[in-house]
Amino acid sequence: MTGAVLQIEGLKLDYAVPGGRLHALRHVSLSIKKGEVLGIAGESGCGKSTLAAAMIGLTGANARQSAGTIRLGGQDMASLSEDDRRRLRGRKIAMVFQDPMTAFNPVLTIGGQLTDFQHNIEGLGRAEKRARAQAMLSRVGLSDPALIMGRYPHELSGGMRQRAAIAAALLLQPEVLIADEPTTALDVTMEAQIIHLFRELRDDYDGAMVIVTHHLGVIAELCDRVAIMYAGEVVEEGPVDAIYHGARHPYTRALMACDPAMIEGRTARLPTIGGALPDLRSPPPGCAFAPRCPLATDRCRAEAPPDVQLTAGHRALCHEVRP
Amino acid sequence: MLRYAVKRIGLAVVILFTVMLAMYAMVFLVPGDPASLALGPRATPELKALLRERMGLDQPVLSQIWHFFASAATGDLGYDVWSKRPVLDQILEFFPNTLILGALALGWALVAGVALGCLAVVWRGRMIDRLLGVLSVSLISVPAFVVAIYALLVFAVWLRWLPAIGAGTPGDLVSQAKAVILPAFALGVGWVGYIARLVRASMLEVMGENHIRTARAFGLPESRIVLRYALRIAIIPTIAILAVGLGSVLSSAVFVETVFGRPGIGTLITGAVQKRNYPVVMGTVLFMTAFYLFIVTAADLLIARLDPRVRDVFRG
Repeated sequence: MTGAVLQIEGLKLDYAVPGGRLHALRHVSLSIKKGEVLGIAGESGCGKSTLAAAMIGLTGANARQSAGTIRLGGQDMASLSEDDRRRLRGRKIAMVFQDPMTAFNPVLTIGGQLTDFQHNIEGLGRAEKRARAQAMLSRVGLSDPALIMGRYPHELSGGMRQRAAIAAALLLQPEVLIADEPTTALDVTMEAQIIHLFRELRDDYDGAMVIVTHHLGVIAELCDRVAIMYAGEVVEEGPVDAIYHGARHPYTRALMACDPAMIEGRTARLPTIGGALPDLRSPPPGCAFAPRCPLATDRCRAEAPPDVQLTAGHRALCHEVRP
Repeated sequence: MLRYAVKRIGLAVVILFTVMLAMYAMVFLVPGDPASLALGPRATPELKALLRERMGLDQPVLSQIWHFFASAATGDLGYDVWSKRPVLDQILEFFPNTLILGALALGWALVAGVALGCLAVVWRGRMIDRLLGVLSVSLISVPAFVVAIYALLVFAVWLRWLPAIGAGTPGDLVSQAKAVILPAFALGVGWVGYIARLVRASMLEVMGENHIRTARAFGLPESRIVLRYALRIAIIPTIAILAVGLGSVLSSAVFVETVFGRPGIGTLITGAVQKRNYPVVMGTVLFMTAFYLFIVTAADLLIARLDPRVRDVFRG
């Protein structure tokens, strides 16, 4: 696919864990175009945070990429040295982390850290970087940026910290911005404000955005396309409207049915998906969702499901769907 | 902050009082009459009575304690039983030697220990890390006086680079500096290993925190992450330990001071204990306890300076 700023193909990644290797990503392919907002959704443990970490190359010492490629602006990340990959971070690709409480260093000021985070830009003095940081704090809606520059992280509220984290990620105008659970640690009011901020930013930021969340409402609000993950695979991917109104994969349908926002009328019990994620140390030979799937046949349990192209840009990983 | 300071000082006074009571109890519980021990088996009863009176031992215990505290509060720590010199003068004469020795010992141990600890973290799990681990444990387990004797043998006797005994000629800074090198080296060696282990452990903990991942996600070089983002947090427990360590260094300085024949608080106090020179013993212990409490409080304030979160706890 041309025009993709970030392209992932056949990515397999596993972690060394006690008792073997945990296959956290099993053949993931995704691509994101300039100006596009992609949501990645799924339940806890489906591999969405691992995928986000793999995009920026920070998967931890016990992780191993056993197959596949990650291309950033057409460049294969695996072909670069660690030092060259480090130079791309912040400038080409940046990340907003899940927990704003712990994302900043507790003993350095916000201003000091935002200035340091511009390490990979050349030709700017420290004073200019500080000025840029202050301007960016103002742009994400913090009302007294000069004061906030001198503050320590614990002196700010959760919402202010998350705004500062978003400002940090936007500092160098990266081509790809990844937000890993950007609203999960916030209360509902803060969440609404941060979603609102992302909507504003989306309009005048021309890079690609990846939003990783388990909150389907956040994706509906912000994204153009959504990828649903289950047990280390993208099981369905397509335009947000197509997925939300015409989900085809049984897992996506079950996930949508569980979203309290989708339920009309009163109910005494919230629906759940029965069963549990398979043990990813020894993934099943067939479809990973088969044990929990109402449509599962013997073929589902024995053979890996095909990647079925449903309509343009809408695909699902299932034996039982037809175009 | 003010309320915190008042609380800390009040606590320090209580600790000082308790330590002195324990010292008094020891003097009375240790078998043998101080006066007869001091004067030897052939002393006459009149001489013993005179000495007991001079030591204040003929008074009731409570009145002795009261007298001691009342005069200590005005800066009078009593008089040496033998030389009749004020105890405070002797302490002030010997203390700087020990303080310089202890500060230099901990100072070089801190620099070397932090450097080795950071190296171990940067190369964690590799050969260098394992070698440093073995080295640190070896350094911790060798007693200071053993290092002192070997250092003396190699650098003073065989190589003749540094003087073997004494604290140098008074007024001659070069000879004083030369004289302190070997004792400070010997006293600090164990602490190098200890600080290296401590820094490595707290660095590894900090390096696993989320904000380090943030710094990496913005492409900061590893050296900058270790030195600015992690060490500033990881050094905090080390500072708290160092304050406690200074007390331990000052008291273990006696071994090194004995080996190098170096005048100091350690030699002053052991000499006084051997001669049952109680005013000197009590005065020195009081002084050292007060100094130690001062250091621990100063360390807490330094930690508050380094860690804004602690600073706010004090402010509130």
